[in-house]
Amino acid sequence: MEQLFQSLAGNPIVVSVLLALPPLIFILLYALVTVYLEMKIAAHMQDRVAYMRTGWHGVLQPVADMLKLIQKEDIIPSSGDKILFILAPYLIFMGTYAGFAAIPFSPAYVGSNVNLGVFYIVAATSIVVVGLLMSGWASNNKWSLLGSMRSAAQLVSYELPTILAILVAVMLTGSLNLQEVIQAQAGGFWNWTVFGGGSVSVVQKIFLLPFTITSFLILFTASLAEVNRTPFDLPEAESELVQGYNTEYSGMKFAIFYLSEYANMFLVSAVATCLFLGGWQSPFGEALNGPFWGVFWLVLKGMGFVVLQIWIRWTLPRLRVDQLMYTSWKVLTPMLFVCIFAVGFILVL
Amino acid sequence: MIESKVLPTDYVTKPADLVTSTGRSLRTDEMIINMGPQHPSTHGVLRLEIVVDGEIVVDVIPHIGYLHRCFEKHAEHMTNYQQVIPYADRMDYVASMNNDWGYALAVERLLKIQVPPRVEYIRVIMAELQRIASHLIALGTFGIDMGAFTPFLWCFRDRERILDLFEMTCGARLLYNYIWVGGVSHDLPAKFVERAKDFCAYFKPKIKEFNDLLTYNEIFIKRTANVGVLPRDIGINYACSGPMLRGSGIDWDLRRDDPYGVYNDVEWEVQIGRGEMGTVGDVWDRFIVKVREMEQSVRIIEQALAKIPDGNVQAAIPKRIRPDAGEIYVRTESPRGELGFYIISDGTTSPYRVKARSPAFANLSVIHEIARGCMIADLVAIVGSTDIVLGEVDR
Repeated sequence: MEQLFQSLAGNPIVVSVLLALPPLIFILLYALVTVYLEMKIAAHMQDRVAYMRTGWHGVLQPVADMLKLIQKEDIIPSSGDKILFILAPYLIFMGTYAGFAAIPFSPAYVGSNVNLGVFYIVAATSIVVVGLLMSGWASNNKWSLLGSMRSAAQLVSYELPTILAILVAVMLTGSLNLQEVIQAQAGGFWNWTVFGGGSVSVVQKIFLLPFTITSFLILFTASLAEVNRTPFDLPEAESELVQGYNTEYSGMKFAIFYLSEYANMFLVSAVATCLFLGGWQSPFGEALNGPFWGVFWLVLKGMGFVVLQIWIRWTLPRLRVDQLMYTSWKVLTPMLFVCIFAVGFILVL
Repeated sequence: MIESKVLPTDYVTKPADLVTSTGRSLRTDEMIINMGPQHPSTHGVLRLEIVVDGEIVVDVIPHIGYLHRCFEKHAEHMTNYQQVIPYADRMDYVASMNNDWGYALAVERLLKIQVPPRVEYIRVIMAELQRIASHLIALGTFGIDMGAFTPFLWCFRDRERILDLFEMTCGARLLYNYIWVGGVSHDLPAKFVERAKDFCAYFKPKIKEFNDLLTYNEIFIKRTANVGVLPRDIGINYACSGPMLRGSGIDWDLRRDDPYGVYNDVEWEVQIGRGEMGTVGDVWDRFIVKVREMEQSVRIIEQALAKIPDGNVQAAIPKRIRPDAGEIYVRTESPRGELGFYIISDGTTSPYRVKARSPAFANLSVIHEIARGCMIADLVAIVGSTDIVLGEVDR
């Protein structure tokens, strides 16, 4: 893809811009679809039908919502910090969008094929914390402040289990570059990292299985916390903190918060998919594999997890802030240490 | 404005105890936050002034009165005792039938009249249906307080069926004006008994479904067990009643202990909290008491529907009610607890004084005792578990 753009444009800056466009277009389209999906899934879980009037089964409702948000008055609290207030949502979106740069959508397309791909994603998405703190502080609202404090504590705590779980996958595939991680899982779903990876013997696989599956589930749990979804949606706990850090936001800025939340949902799903479920690899070995099928498989797997996140959100209640910390530091992290040790031990044998 | 109070002993972190190597205290200031009147989880227009140290609630001061509508003064200025009933409807707007009955019963006792047996059964059926509807709202909104949205809509789906029953009986879905002094406004419609039986059959499995989704959810139990424990003595001292008091393990239900209606003719059991998931009197206990009371209400309704006799639905009372001068206090068990009406008559056609003793008011007043030292999220759970309706607190 990079060569294609190179031949078309020539200028490296234009090539970079062109390379950056596909994820952005994807995020925008995906957000529209997911907003619709979320409302419909939630409604059907709750014996409702959700919107039915805008188009067939209300498919145009996300568009209408978006138009409404664009038209809305943009209110900035007079006693807040104006610059930080305006900057915060864009910083949050930037963190998420930057993460998409290293996601290999297909064997032929990855925004930037950096060697430390996973590490880069973890680092880039950490910027989100700064944005959250800024928005909470700049709003000059006590509920927002509490919400942003919670989210900062939560995101920092859950970074650790996320990184440790990533480490398990990296140990099994031997690379931090996501393209190489995915290539190491070639040859059918039994070679995915979640089933032990492609480079180990069958006996090793049997012993690895409980640890890889545990790491994968923990990665998924931690990613729920990373994107502030139920049961870890404390920063925006409606019943406690009104709306958390984005209480004071309206109009387009609010829409950007929403957009980055949805984009983040896909990002963490895509990372989990790339590391543990073969990324763009087809589950049937070489069949249905290739640059275009790659996009299909990655988006399919990613959307599967997005739907799972939605399902969990509308089922479970919310944890309390101390229980959240307990889960991270005293349950998930020690379990992952055991996993890492066990995986290393089995690999050495 | 804020009284200085001694910090509770189970304070989670004690910044005051932490000192740096140079001996400087690390104690930081508390922050005062207004929770409400426009807050999603204050169940109406309650304003809680909370003093927090980080996430920990140091003190809670409830401010009420945002929904004050002068019920008692209005009642004095009616030209007829019957005219007070629509106002009683609007006190606890999610349990109007129970309010109507409380007021009507008080006037009937003042008049020293007996209502026909059919009326007694109709009233029991209506009051218990209303109790289920009210508890459904309480449980559903409590689910929202805990971050679970789906149970709330399931509750409303089931409540809708009860409202349909009320609608076919008296035309209204929320404020009924159905139970009148001396009887009820209409007889039950033709298919009511059948439909109500259908509802009971429909509703019983739904309770189990609700329990599976929310009540026995691990996260929900973690959030509610051992939180907001109301000790028996504090509960009694603050005159708590209803599920709030029963949640603390006190076996006290006016339907059985100060009987009215035909509650003695049907079989049912008073439900109390037993501390199954944590301590007796915690939020989970108050929650499960309401769930089990719904099961008991279904039992009562089923028996009452089977036993309901034929007959008049209005006792022979004069068109203009003119009780002898005197006073009376009558208490009934509303879904929230002891709902009392104290009526003074001076022999004219309108009451001289009506005082409503609202259970939600007493239940709310205990919050600052049990919420100190908990976290903000727990405070939301505690407020939700007290099941207040601000219309009744303020009247």
